[in-house]
Amino acid sequence: MSSLRSWFKSGTPWIWLNASAVSVSLIMVFGLLSLIAVRGMSYFWPADILEIDYRENDGSEARLIGEIWDAEKVAAARLKDGGYPVPEGREFIQRYLLKQGNREILGADFRLVLQTSVLDRRKPENLIAVERREWGNLYGYLRSVKEDGRVVAAGDGALAELERRLERARRLHDQTRDIEKHEIGDINYGLERLRLRERRLELEGKLNAQSQAEIGQRRRLFQEQYQGLQARLGDLNAAIRRDGFSAEVATGGVADIALANVVRVYQPNRMSVFGKSLFYIEKLWEFVSDAPREANTEGGVFPAIFGTVMMVLIMAVLVTPFGVIAAVYLREYARQGPLTRTIRIAVNNLAGVPSIVYGVFGLGFFVYFLGGSIDELFFPEALPAPTFGSPGILWSSLTLAILTLPVVIVATEEGLARIPSAIRQGSLALGATKFETLRHIVIPMASPAIMTGLILAVARAAGEVAPLMLVGVVKLAPSLPLDGNFPFLHLERKFMHLGFHIYDVGFQSPNVEAARPLVYATALLLVAVIVVLNLTAIAIRNRLREKYRTLES
Amino acid sequence: MMAENTNFTHGIDINTLDRVGRGHRRIEEEEASFEVEGLNLYYGEKQALKGIDMVIPSKCVTAFIGPSGCGKSTLLRCFNRMNDLVDDCRIEGSIQLHGEDIYDKGVDVADLRRRVGMVFQKPNPFPKTVYENVAYGLRLQGVKNRRLLDEVVERALQGAALWDEVKDRLHDSALGLSGGQQQRLVIARCIAIEPAVLLLDEPASALDPISTLKIEELIYELKDNYTIVIVTHNMQQAARVSDYTAFMYMGELIEFGDTDTVFTNPGKKRTEDYITGRYG
Repeated sequence: MSSLRSWFKSGTPWIWLNASAVSVSLIMVFGLLSLIAVRGMSYFWPADILEIDYRENDGSEARLIGEIWDAEKVAAARLKDGGYPVPEGREFIQRYLLKQGNREILGADFRLVLQTSVLDRRKPENLIAVERREWGNLYGYLRSVKEDGRVVAAGDGALAELERRLERARRLHDQTRDIEKHEIGDINYGLERLRLRERRLELEGKLNAQSQAEIGQRRRLFQEQYQGLQARLGDLNAAIRRDGFSAEVATGGVADIALANVVRVYQPNRMSVFGKSLFYIEKLWEFVSDAPREANTEGGVFPAIFGTVMMVLIMAVLVTPFGVIAAVYLREYARQGPLTRTIRIAVNNLAGVPSIVYGVFGLGFFVYFLGGSIDELFFPEALPAPTFGSPGILWSSLTLAILTLPVVIVATEEGLARIPSAIRQGSLALGATKFETLRHIVIPMASPAIMTGLILAVARAAGEVAPLMLVGVVKLAPSLPLDGNFPFLHLERKFMHLGFHIYDVGFQSPNVEAARPLVYATALLLVAVIVVLNLTAIAIRNRLREKYRTLES
Repeated sequence: MMAENTNFTHGIDINTLDRVGRGHRRIEEEEASFEVEGLNLYYGEKQALKGIDMVIPSKCVTAFIGPSGCGKSTLLRCFNRMNDLVDDCRIEGSIQLHGEDIYDKGVDVADLRRRVGMVFQKPNPFPKTVYENVAYGLRLQGVKNRRLLDEVVERALQGAALWDEVKDRLHDSALGLSGGQQQRLVIARCIAIEPAVLLLDEPASALDPISTLKIEELIYELKDNYTIVIVTHNMQQAARVSDYTAFMYMGELIEFGDTDTVFTNPGKKRTEDYITGRYG
């Protein structure tokens, strides 16, 4: 008994308790991250395609082709109730989720496959997987390559020919997209600006024959350009439609595919590990650098990364000066008394207000009131269509700036309080005013603390989704808030955000099963983006710390 | 430590020098720098200085001695109005600098502090380069001319006997200097803006003996051009560097006069007790 007491007195159980608390936290964090990483990153690995001879429920035999997507053990009794043929004497049966693709032929991307009903499974090397711009993947055997409906290659040489022609089709597609997105986009933007200018002149009563003629002239110019582009687009479309191929699918039927609709064709069963790794990197790059396709379930998330980072940066630019100025007043100028204390408590409590409340505030105050007023004052020509009077990236950044303001104020105040008074007095004794002392000595020395506040603010802001849904995020933004059209930075535009993208892909998508790994991948990316933003801020802070370190005394 | 010793070539024996340099003027004959009349200072309810009357002679070293808490630092801080920074500090009476009341409403405190420099107990260099520390006061006054700045920085550092030690590292952080070098840097920072008066608040109390010696040597050289007021705990130091000594006790000025007289033949019993080490 006494030994137990002395063991307790020695503090050893404390150490164990503390250490295990740390371990549990670490395990949870790493578990979370590795779950997301494994689920997310495996999405891009080209899985082998299986060809399965399968006995359907009604006893008929069928051929299935596809990737094993998921596997689970199911109670045999449950399957039996569901009308599946189940062999006697087995309690659990392995059930696979097979991604069979070919949605336009088979009706669904996925189907369930019972292990006990599989008669045979093979991995034929010449199976191809076709990633398409519409209708999801296609799996099957390449039969022939066609030009204008006429077979130009079949059999062994067909795949090489297909790849050659696919290269051309992709190039043409890129050109088409380039024209549609940039050149026609620019023309549309120019036309819209012309329309607004005309309307503005009309509102101001300055629209006369001369300006009308000038506007008409420029409009005609745009229209001519547009017609020229339309002609080029027509040519490109004709050229891209030339090639196609036919493939035998699982049902035995033959599908004709236009190359215009194909992103890539590959044979995963033939790939070496090295080949698969290259493929993996290519897919990963596509994920971070491309725009999404097919209701966000395919392609990349670049606009969402861009939107997240840009929103956070604008927020940082807004919140830092505001927070620092407020903290300087509270700490340096305000008389320290009950009022200051109350304000300080109020500021701290603001950090605890649920974020959706800020979203509601942002919508009511920024979007409707501020944005509406701005529209009436500066953009009357666009009304009734709102310019700033609808949710946009500026209002999102402002809303998050208010959300994170308390963090910056508190951190800055702590930083200011830590500057030794000897240094301040040294500056004052040299004839500096209080303002000069603040500007040249105190605030630079407090800058590491300000950065700490900013780091916390960024970490909080980058992960917020709820308020953004009210003040600016959309599931698919037609254009980025930063582009080549004057005035380049379009703060009124709506934007995409990784956090909202996760929600959208995971819960609003038409193809939830296919999109689930994408949810993990996007989540991992969001974590990575926040980590990168934070590491940048930490690196800056450490440099500042090194620069302004004072002698420990 | 190497840097500390490189400039240790003057070999001046302070103990002999101060006898030679003082001459035989009486305090009444000196030109006045500060004139203090009926100075009372309160921190809230507590009175920290009681009816101080004194004249600080120009271009001399005046030392304030006395036990801890006697108000000598408080008095020193009155001369450049550093006490203004204390919230509930209240002052009665007047202090004149060359005939101008420094507590007058029209006085620009920043300008006053440019004319009355101050060095604190602990070295407090700014976290900037050596060069920028010395140039700080000038930059505040809007000096941008690079040549002028270079010149003044060099002169100030030479004036503070630091130039030889730091001339190759002007653009390194001042925080890399040793404590003694930092304190001389702070003095250089002060004299760069050419004040009339230097207030030294126990400038050597945080330093090692060799650095202390260098600071004392420096004070001796600086008194040709500056009025120096020094607060010190160290009575040997006061005896070594000062021309005049004021002994304070419990917020009152007990005795003020020629250093020799105060130390060898004090007029008051309290002074004698303190100097001979009965208390303090």
